[in-house]
Amino acid sequence: MWRRQMPANRLDLRLGGFYDSPSVAVRYGRAVVVSGIAPGYPGATGAVNVEYNCVVCVKQVPDTKRIMGEAMKEDGTVNRAALPAIFNPEDLNALEEALAIRDAHGGTVTVMTMGLPAACEVLRVAMFRGADRGILITDRRAAASDTLATSYILSQAIKKLKPDIVLCGRQAIDGDTAQVGPQLAEKLGMPVITYLERLLSLEGDRITVQRNVGGGFEVVRCKLPVLVTVMETANMPRPPAARKTMKFKKARSRAEVEAAAEQLLMGDYENYTAELQAGEVEKYCEKLRVAGLLIEQWSLDDIEADLNWCGREGSPTKVHRIQSVVLKGGQYKEYPPSEQGAAELVAELIKDHAIG
Amino acid sequence: MIDVNRQGEVWVFAEAEDGRLSDVPLELLGKGRQLAEVLHVPLAAILLGAPGVGALADRLVACGTDKVYVAAHEKLAHYQAVSYARVICHLIHQQAPQIVLYGATPMGRDLAPTVASAARCGLTADCTDLQIGDHKPPGSENVHKNLMFQIRPAFGGNIIATIVNYDRWPQMATVREGVMVMPQDQQGRTGQIVTAEVREVLKDVDPPLEILESIRRDKKVNLKAARAIVAGGAGVGSRENFQLIWDLANCLGAAVGGSRAAVDLGFVDHDHQVGQTGTTVRPALYVACGISGAVQHRAGMQEASRILAINTDRDAPVFQVAHMGIVGDMNVVIPKLIKAIRHGTSESVLA
Repeated sequence: MWRRQMPANRLDLRLGGFYDSPSVAVRYGRAVVVSGIAPGYPGATGAVNVEYNCVVCVKQVPDTKRIMGEAMKEDGTVNRAALPAIFNPEDLNALEEALAIRDAHGGTVTVMTMGLPAACEVLRVAMFRGADRGILITDRRAAASDTLATSYILSQAIKKLKPDIVLCGRQAIDGDTAQVGPQLAEKLGMPVITYLERLLSLEGDRITVQRNVGGGFEVVRCKLPVLVTVMETANMPRPPAARKTMKFKKARSRAEVEAAAEQLLMGDYENYTAELQAGEVEKYCEKLRVAGLLIEQWSLDDIEADLNWCGREGSPTKVHRIQSVVLKGGQYKEYPPSEQGAAELVAELIKDHAIG
Repeated sequence: MIDVNRQGEVWVFAEAEDGRLSDVPLELLGKGRQLAEVLHVPLAAILLGAPGVGALADRLVACGTDKVYVAAHEKLAHYQAVSYARVICHLIHQQAPQIVLYGATPMGRDLAPTVASAARCGLTADCTDLQIGDHKPPGSENVHKNLMFQIRPAFGGNIIATIVNYDRWPQMATVREGVMVMPQDQQGRTGQIVTAEVREVLKDVDPPLEILESIRRDKKVNLKAARAIVAGGAGVGSRENFQLIWDLANCLGAAVGGSRAAVDLGFVDHDHQVGQTGTTVRPALYVACGISGAVQHRAGMQEASRILAINTDRDAPVFQVAHMGIVGDMNVVIPKLIKAIRHGTSESVLA
């Protein structure tokens, strides 16, 4: 008889125990198209109390500063186990900037990420910090996308949201390319302001920003909608809020529920049926939805993406070779920390014309 | 996106601002020259700016270009991604170059992705080396000959990736500042100046950004041009103690550098930062004092011809890239070095 009751309860346990909790049905998102400014912004100039809808693009990245063990496996692929996954640091600054805009003007903050279902973690963390809505774009056909394909996929998703401001971190610490922001802007047909250091003002449909241009800064003004990329120096991200953390730690996407159900039913050949699994996943997702805890999940079909521009097919750049970094020391010679040692070392440098 | 064009030229985007060429495009011309010679095609520069910008073309020719495409227009007076990308895409479709290189500067990293997106071609960021080689895609018998190998560190410098783009051309890359050797001007070199007609292309382009203020300050220190650099890290201990680093640098006629840790701790200004997020340097001599040598730092200095490491910790990773080392307290070692240098160099003058 446990066949009927098994998955719901056990699935719930596996996912952190939301099922039986007395969670109130609270919607965490507002419709993004609701806005103080009409799309296209005619006549929006000079409007008072305008709300802004922001979309923040975030990425889950391996923590390249805290590498445990070898970064590469022997077969030349990246050893993800050696690289703990974190919220890309500058994406937190982008999120903070969006939250600050909402605090000051009202509106919504929607966080979007593309990746494996595990990337939902960054969406949850964003909700802990105050984001209204999280969207996961996940699809096997998006695997191996380079920056061009990634920006195409993100642009298709963002077009559905019609935001006033799109925010990205300046760059992600795994690739350090800083390319997706400008490429996304080009695909959306929006102007891009890279390297935001300070948001100076937001009035009506005009944004004024101080941007860092290496040796110095620029103050630029631009009409919305706009895409900005945010620097680490722009702000200090707020910490996660306790109440929001308690609530949204149970938020899940359908893919996560599916993965948990699969794990649970694995090995239980006697009772397993695809219908049972699908049925339980459906039931659980519905419960999450009612509680406002179902993280939206979009596939490439949902965003009407042209598959020719996605994944490996849509990526012009290909990896030819990956090498672990081999430090080259060449010939190393050590000198003692004495007067004699210092004199010998300096004599060597002079002899080789390194100094003198 | 254009088709593979084996006769296509090698292009370098000649970044210029306020009527002045930046260093990076000049560095790129040295590398571009090598690539063009292997491929037996001309090397060209693309120069955009306000009317009159063509005056900068001579310098580009002296640094090794065979051709300069000059696009002069009022709408190009100040850099904006939209207008610059429109012109470059137009030229790409018209001339079908096989390679386009940009400096990995704030401008280049803003412009190149915009061009790549509009042209739907590949782009590799922050390359530290470029080579020509053959590529065989896995599971295919088809060998693509003479592609540009775009070589760059990734995963925080823990791996080196070689990227290729064999079908959707041009092959584009941004190249990190300071990693390519700047060619010497050759006076009397001649090249072809081609005036690009862009009036029609820019007719319906309205640069979206209003530039209200633009403050540029020259960096306090030019680490890239320094022949010798003395750098300090967290091990120096304090801003006051960093004076030792300045003293040794003065004595050597060297520039002062710092690791990210030293900059974050406020021992020295950000302009002095060497490493992945700072400046990449390749001096003849690099003295690392109290720097443990995290990968991010090593990525920015391991190309130095000679690295001297001074650290109390014999196991510090910096010793893996060092050519010479002293295991000891820099507070003791540096004064001894200064004394030895004063003594040694005065002797070498006499000799």
